[in-house]
Parts: sequence; structure tokens; C-alpha cells
Amino acid sequence: MNNFTYKRAESIEDALAQNNSGGNSSYLAGGTNLVDLMKYDLTRPDSLVDLNRVDGHHEIYETPEGGLLLGAFVTNADTAWHPIVEERYPLLSKAILAGASAQIRNMATNGGNLLQRTRCYYFYDANVPCNKREPGSGCSAIPGYNRIMAILGTSESCIAVFPSDMCVGLAALDATVHVEGPTGSRSIPFADFHRLPGDTPEIDNTLLPGEIITGIELPANGFSKNYSYLKLRDRNSYAFALVSVATGLELDGNVIREARIALGGVAHKPWRVREAEEFLAGKTADAASFGQAAEIILRGAVGFPHNAFKIELAKRAIVRNCMMALDPESQLPGAQPSV
Amino acid sequence: MEPYKSQIGQPVSRLEGHLKVTGTARYAGDYSVPGLLYGYVINSTITKGKIISFDTSRAKALPGVLEVFTHENRPSLAWFDLQYADMDAPPGSPFRPLQDADILYNGQPIGLVVAETFELARYAATLMDIEYEEEAFDTDLRSQQHLARSPKIGMATMLKPLPPKPKGNFEKAFNASPNQVSAEFFHGTEHHNPLELFATTTVYEGKGKLTIYDKTQGTINSQMYVANIFGLKFKNVRVISPYVGGAFGSALRPQYQLFLSVMAALKLERSVLVTLDRHQMFTFGHRPPTVQRTRFSADNNGIITALNHLAIGETSRFEDYTEVVVNWSHMLYPAANTLMQYKLVELDVYSPLDMRAPGGVTGMHAIESTIDELAHKSKIDPLQLRLTNYTEIDVSLNRPYSSKELRECYLQGAEKFGWDKRNPEPRSMRRGNKLVGYGMATGIWEANQLPAKAEAILTGDGKLKINSAVTDIGTGTLTVMTQIAADELGLPVEDVEFAYGDSKKPFAPIQGGSFTVSTVGSAVKAVGAAMRKKLFSIAKKMKGGVFDGADLKDVSFEGGRVFITNDRSRSVSFQEIIAANDNKPVKLSKFSVPSILKLKKYSRAAHSAVFVEVEVDEELGVINVTRAVTAVAAGKIINPKTARSQILGGMIWGISKALREETIQDDGLGKYMNQNLSEYHIPVHADIHELDVIFVDEKDTVVNELGTKGVGEIGIVGMPPAITNAIFNATGKRINQLPIHFDMLL
Ligand SMILES: Cc1cc2nc3c(=O)[nH]c(=O)nc-3n(C[C@H](O)[C@H](O)[C@H](O)COP(=O)(O)OP(=O)(O)OC[C@H]3O[C@@H](n4cnc5c(N)ncnc54)[C@H](O)[C@@H]3O)c2cc1C
Ligand code: SF4
Repeated sequence: MNNFTYKRAESIEDALAQNNSGGNSSYLAGGTNLVDLMKYDLTRPDSLVDLNRVDGHHEIYETPEGGLLLGAFVTNADTAWHPIVEERYPLLSKAILAGASAQIRNMATNGGNLLQRTRCYYFYDANVPCNKREPGSGCSAIPGYNRIMAILGTSESCIAVFPSDMCVGLAALDATVHVEGPTGSRSIPFADFHRLPGDTPEIDNTLLPGEIITGIELPANGFSKNYSYLKLRDRNSYAFALVSVATGLELDGNVIREARIALGGVAHKPWRVREAEEFLAGKTADAASFGQAAEIILRGAVGFPHNAFKIELAKRAIVRNCMMALDPESQLPGAQPSV
Repeated sequence: MEPYKSQIGQPVSRLEGHLKVTGTARYAGDYSVPGLLYGYVINSTITKGKIISFDTSRAKALPGVLEVFTHENRPSLAWFDLQYADMDAPPGSPFRPLQDADILYNGQPIGLVVAETFELARYAATLMDIEYEEEAFDTDLRSQQHLARSPKIGMATMLKPLPPKPKGNFEKAFNASPNQVSAEFFHGTEHHNPLELFATTTVYEGKGKLTIYDKTQGTINSQMYVANIFGLKFKNVRVISPYVGGAFGSALRPQYQLFLSVMAALKLERSVLVTLDRHQMFTFGHRPPTVQRTRFSADNNGIITALNHLAIGETSRFEDYTEVVVNWSHMLYPAANTLMQYKLVELDVYSPLDMRAPGGVTGMHAIESTIDELAHKSKIDPLQLRLTNYTEIDVSLNRPYSSKELRECYLQGAEKFGWDKRNPEPRSMRRGNKLVGYGMATGIWEANQLPAKAEAILTGDGKLKINSAVTDIGTGTLTVMTQIAADELGLPVEDVEFAYGDSKKPFAPIQGGSFTVSTVGSAVKAVGAAMRKKLFSIAKKMKGGVFDGADLKDVSFEGGRVFITNDRSRSVSFQEIIAANDNKPVKLSKFSVPSILKLKKYSRAAHSAVFVEVEVDEELGVINVTRAVTAVAAGKIINPKTARSQILGGMIWGISKALREETIQDDGLGKYMNQNLSEYHIPVHADIHELDVIFVDEKDTVVNELGTKGVGEIGIVGMPPAITNAIFNATGKRINQLPIHFDMLL
């Protein structure tokens, strides 16, 4: 870790100005990812602009449109346990709580969660080629050990996975990301926030240099009756997803009115396929329909030597998770998780 | 007076527990001495080759960086291999840090930055300009199996015997048997990953004198190593290690941070702390990857007729690390025809290193899985098959066991677990959408004893102090030794102080192999007995003639007094005895040496029977060990609480080995890829469900004076096969590669 200066921003304007004052500066939120990257000498900012004391964006409140606004600087823990989130957006609460550990969630912020970097082993080892870390150096994961890598939307230059659980929930809920930057503020639909690697895997998302995430807005419908989050991983807690699924369903009896299905652990961004959701609208809510939707979602998936299992696993996980969403009881706190 | 209770067998809580949970206990890296400097290690980024140039100038230019040591500027050091050999060194040529420009493995320490702060040293270490010449390397055991060869024999083979000679005619007997099973197994690399990072604080005392706080499983081992290499007098090197935050074998050998810290301290004439970070914890010893092949057969009555077990283990190019993998099956199952083979493949890695139940947990997984399959093929209950082949003698060496209550372990474990409710048909038991499976396995681990010395001092206040160089690696050594000493003199635990973890104290060997209680405990017992004799002889001479006509056998020691067993009114207190000794404390020491002649006639081992229930989600493959019972026969249990913790820890590690833990290796790059605790998965709370431990009564008058066998390793050995056997019962799938990933069951 190199020497760096530390500045505490008072406001968003202050933060933007501090960040702009020349040199290579990074925003600091919970630090749970950034500080690790600095310790591994993978990033060497010469100044850190601390966002934690910025006035505003520390609250969660209901919007006039009937949705909910999650301040960017609220911690993952405070978000997951917030009474309105628990009641109206339990899918998000579950997704957050499936991630990391209690200690990390206490520090991690909502803005930071969207911007965490991949957990690809090769990305974290500065001594081996990695296009994401060092564009043009090559990808070590393709010929290497690729169990945790992507099966959808990969490119010849990168097969890394975006590791967040929270973002899988946000993708399913059709959230919007609010940002402020040197040239003003804008809003980014969640589906457009993260990107596929293509031939520029060093770019994770569509945030522009210097821009600050200020909040995440949830639309009114939180699918709070029929929802489920399922995470499959190498240990029962404190491990990143090999495959995860967020499901929200609107039902008319046993007929699906609207379905949302997002996958984690399989691509460079949370994976949603509108076609599958449209297919489900009007279908009977049963394993057969969900199985057909799963086929659509996994269309085009390509496995690598150590992760081809993810294709079949993802299909089964989708069906299981959708079936669990039909049974609200299985989602109550204290309910026996299905796996 | 309250009736006296023997201290042995009491569930005394860890005496240092409060210090540890309140953060008061200080570990090797926790000593802030005045003027302390901090070292950070530079590791090789290539796997094999040579350093062509090593430019440290950018780092040295930083204010606060005192020195960067490399092979080019290190002080001159000892010349002979023997001077680098430690108590646990396998045959070969021990690794010498900063020896020359050669790179032998990825992550090899090639330099040390010494600076005024840790952060500065770490930063400076990123400013090295190093040019390498790379050479082709091999780190893949499986692809290099054809190069397997017999291991070299050395000192280490004394505690780690090579396979016994073949018996009968294996091929003929195997081919003639109606029930045959053959299987191949693969285990990958594992790293010990104790929570405490390796650290050494070398305090420079001047005039060639050093006090060293080291993370080690043997203070005298580190002392010898340092004195030999740096040409110091033994008495000028003091190694202290009062607390060790886990080691599991990784600190049986002095690691490179000790060498580098001492080297820097001597050269700079300052005190130096070198701490490894988690990443660097993967740059020295590990449990070696191993390939195993078994072929077992039985007749139609379930009598095992032939056993063949081959293991091919990894070693480095500079030492022949061996472990006992293939000797166990014949110790348990008396087949008339055997063929046991053990081979090594040299690869471009660091030497493997003993890791909890080295070899045993590897071999027993293959053996007990094969036995399970044999039971399945022969349509015999796996427990019944083991009972049918039960033996009171170790036929591999033709010696009786000094004691063996394994049958009781089987019976009590089965009863507690409810083994009779098992349906032998795979995939026949269900709970909701889960398949349920029951599996069992046997565990065995040798009970050894080494020589050790202990010193006892009884002071005027009637309190006893015992001195030993032994460490306490978190197992409860302090507590248990205190109990043994207290028991010998009939004192309450509060009146005994066990002082340890210091090379200045009487000799103790490295702490491992489950032999510490037997080794150091025997010395403590011996010195306690000598103390009783001495106190009585002083008491006999005291005025008043309380003990006139009495012999040592006629008296008892309880509550700080000596009295005639049949007449409690005739008694003298310890204080009075010391007063009668001109107020001089009584001090004596005793060497305890195993009685080889007697021991040679017996095989000595702890045993266990393990029963496991798993649930497997049929569609998703997810596996949970929902219940496990381990019944252990390990001789006398000095402290059932600390002993139970050892067994529980072993069982959890067994779950880890079977289902979680692996060092991910990229053989194309020749390196490990998950050098952190986020990706090196060990179990979390959510992985652990019901665990039960039973200690079966076992009397052993042969094994040592205490009748103890040690419980450090026996808890892990039977767990992995019991789990994989349960998975077979649940799913009908036998997966012989560990850890089992849940997707292997899809
Ligand atoms: C061991 C471990 C296990 C984990 N397991 C999981 C898991 O299972 N599932 C999961 O989802 N996550 C997991 N995480 C990741 C964790 O959720 C993220 O590290 C966390 O959400 C990041 O938030 P932060 O506030 O700490 O971000 P920081 O580390 O502070 O910042 C991350 C990045 O975002 C930038 N940034 C932060 N806030 C803003 C903002 N408002 N505007 C613009 N830029 C900003 C920073 O400059 C930095 O580049 C794990 C992390 C660790 C260390
Ligand atoms: S997958 Fe992406 S992040 Fe991983 S090594 Fe390849 S380029 Fe780097």
C-alpha cells in the first residue's frame, strides 16, 4: 500500500471538487473492497476522499411516487434491516443478508456495493496476466482454474463475474441509480449500470470518472408477497455465489401476472432476460413453466472446463427459487432455508 | 476438610482462557520493545529459475527504510545442511532463505525490507526492480505420477515408519476372492492457516545475546536452529513462546520469518519484528497432494483376504517429506495377504509439512471408503464387516495392542447415533426434498512418547511451580500439565503454577503428533513423584516424629499436607516442611524417558468410531453434515473438557477436509491462487450442526505412566470417510476426490 492523503468531504460538491483537484483520487465509502485492493497493491490512489460524512444521502425514505429511496451512504446492514425494506422489499433484504458477513455488511455501503470489483483470483494476483487489471496483458482465468467464472456474456478478453448479491435483488426490482458528477446529475436504469466485458473488461460499469452515486431508487412494486432469493456457494455463509437467483412474482391465483428473475454469479453483471419474464406472464405458476423460462434465460450460456456445471445448476436453481417464491411461508424469518 | 477429588479427569476450564478472550495474552508479534524495527518479506513472483538482477534502490531511497536484505548482501552464514536441520527436518537439504539467486518455488522469500514502520516496509517491498530468468517447472502431481520413487530414509523415519513388507501373495489372494473392490483417490494441497500469523520479534540484547518471541511448536527447536545457523552460543539465544494462536503442525519447523528476523537483528544490532501476512502463510509448508490406489477383497463371510494400498505423495526437490499413509489398514484388519507401497514425486514446490494427523487422515479416507464399498458389494453392514474383522493384535507387526477399546467405540457410537435405523440401500432414506445418508468409519492414530524433562519447585507458601520448555499451541497443555502436577501432590489447581514456552526451561521436544501429554505429562508426573518422596524424607526428619515408623507408601498428600493414610491426625503441612528445610524451597528435576524395551512389545494407538448423517439436496447437490457422533478410546482422559474440544475441532476439520477446504493450484502458473481466508474455505457456523463426543473407558498400563494416548489428531481421521460413506448411502455416488464440491452430485 502506497502513501496517500486523506480528505473528508462535507458535501457532494465538496467531494466532487476534492476529487477533481488533480492526481489520482478515489472515493472512500465503507472501504471493505477499496482498502483490500490497496493492501494488495492493486490500486494506488494518491488521495482518498471520504464520503462517509457528506451531508445527506444517509437516509432511507419513501418517494412521492410510492417507491423507496436508499441513500448511497446507508450501510448494507441498515438497509437490510430497515422496517420498510423488510416489509415492502423483502427480496432486497434477503439478497443483502445472503452476502458477505455481518461485520462486512455493517461497514459496506449501498453505493460501494454497486462498485465492488470482481473476485476473480487472477485479478487479485498482481503477478499474473489479467486484462481487467492490466488491459492487454491477457486473461489467466480462461486457460486457468475457472470454477467461479462466468457462463453468460463472456468475451475473449474476460470471463469474470460481478460478485454482488444486493445487485441481483436490485436488478430484479428494476431499481434506478442516481448519480452526481462534475457535469451535473443523472439517473441510470439498473440494467444499464453494469456492463459486459467486451474488449474493455477494465470498465465494470457506466459510471463516468468522478461521478458519485447518491442513491438507489426502488419502484413501488416490491413483490413482497411472492419472492425468494437463493444463493448456491461452496459454504453455507460467507462465500460468494456460484449461482444465485432473485425471483419476484405477481400472481392471480396460480397464474403468473408478472415475473422477475435475475441471476448472480454467472456474468459480468446481474443477468436478466426480459423474454423469459414475458414468456411467464399468463402461464401457470408451476415447475414446468419455470423450467421453460430457465431454458430461455440460459440460452447461449457457454461453460469453461471447471464451471460448465453452472449451466445446469442455474436452471435448477431458477426452478427451485421460483417454486420457493410461491410459498411465502418458506421466506419468513427463521424458516428453514431450502438448501 | 472437603473430601479430596483427584484433579485428573476434571473438566477444568482453560487457565489462560480469560487472558485470551480479553486480548491480554500476548503472542509473538505483540511485543513492543523500544526501537523496534519492522521487516516485510519480498517473495519470488516466478516458480523456478534465477534472479538476474535485484535493484533495491527505489526502496532504499525512502526515508525510514534501513536496509533491504537480499542474497547479494546478506551476512555470511552457516555452511552445512545439518546446521539448518531442525527436529522435524526430513531427509534432504533444508531450505535456506536468501541463500543464492536460485528460485525453487513460487513465493520463495528472496528479500527482507527493514523499516521504521510495518506500513513503510510493506510499501517499500512493492518498489523492487527484479529481473528473473525463468525455467520450466512442474507442480502437478497427477501428471508427474510416472516419476514416483521410493523416499529416502532418515531420522524422520523413526516416528514415521515406511510401509511394512508384503505378506502372503496379494495378487493371488485378491484374484481368488469373490468380493473385490478397487478405487483411486485424490487429495489436493491444504494449508494449515492457523488464525495467528507467523511472527518473530527478535530482541537484540547486545553482545551476541538475543531474546526471541517466536511462533513455534518447539522453543528449543527454534533455539537450536538459530544458534546453529548464526553461530551463537546456545545460552545466548532464548526463545519464548507463551501463547500460540494455533499451528496444527505448521510451526513444527522454524519458518523463514524467524531466520530473517534474527538475521536482520544481528546485522543491524536492533530489535526486529517480522510478521508474515495471510498471503505469505501459503509460502511455506502444506499438506501434500496425494494420489492413492486401493484394492481390497473379502470372502463370502466378510473376512478380509487381501489389502493393497499405494500412495503417491508430493515432495519438494530439496527434501523428502514423508508421512504414514498406507500402514493403517493392516493395523486394523488382519488380512493374510498385503501389499503396501508409498512413493514420492518431486515437484517445484516448498517441502510439505506435517498437518493435523499427517498421513493418517489421508490414508484412512481411502481405506475406510474402500472398506465401505467392500461391505456394500458383500451385502454386509459396514459396522458388522468391521466387527467381523476385529483384531486385538496389530498383525502388521505381530504385536498385541497395549489396549484397544475400539469395539466399545463401535458399539457405544452406533447406539448413540441410531445406526440400526440405517437403510443400507442407497437413496432409500429421505426427509422432504433431501436425500438422507448414514455413514461410518474407523479412526486410528499412534500413541507415542518422547523423552522430556521437568523441574519442580515447592516454595515456603506451600505452592508448587513446574518448569518446562514446552509450548501450548492452544490445545490446553497449560491446564492439563497443571492438573497432572496438582494431582501428584494433592494440591488444588490454584496452588500450582505451570511455567512453560521458554527455551531456558527444561527440555521438551516439539509439540505435535498427539504426544505432548504423554511426553511432558510423564515428566511432570515423574518430577511430582520425586517431590513427594523428597518432602516426605524431610518430614520424617522433623522434630516431633509425626511420621516415625512410616514409609512413603503409608502416607497421602492432600490439600497441601502430608498425613498417614490411616490416621489423618498425624500430618504435616507443606509450609512446615519447607520451614524445616531451613526455609529453603525444595527444587528438583526429572528426565522421563519412555521404557523402550517394554513398549517395543506392543502396538499403541488411539481409536475412534465415527457415525455421520448427511442430507443432500437431490436437485441442487447441496450437502449438509446434519449429525455426527465420534466415540474415542484414547486411554486416560486427563481433562474431558479440553479433550472434547480437541475432538470437536478435529471433527469440524474433518467436515472441512471432506467438503470445504482446498488450496487452489494453477499448474500452468505453478502457484496457489486462493491465498486468503475469503477464498480458502474453512467451515463457518452455518456449516456445523449436531456434533457429539463419547470417551470410552480405556485402561492402559503400558503406554506410559499416565495411561494417556493423546487426542490431538484422533478426532479428524475418521470424519472424512464417514462423510463420504454417508454421501454414498444418500446418493449412490462415491466421490473419491476431496473436497467434494456439491456440483459433483448434480
Ligand atoms: C471477505 C468478503 C466477502 C464478501 N462477500 C460478499 C458476498 O458474499 N456478497 C456480496 O454481495 N458482497 C460481498 N462482499 C463485498 C462487499 O459487499 C463490498 O465490499 C461492499 O459492498 C463494498 O462497499 P463499501 O462501502 O465498503 O465500498 P468501498 O470499498 O468503500 O468502495 C468500493 C468502490 O466504490 C467506490 N465508491 C464507494 N462509494 C461510492 C459512491 N457513493 N460513489 C462513487 N464511488 C463510490 C470506491 O471508490 C471504490 O472504488 C464481500 C467482501 C469481503 C471483503
Ligand atoms: S477473467 Fe477477467 S478479471 Fe479474471 S483474469 Fe481474466 S481478465 Fe482478469
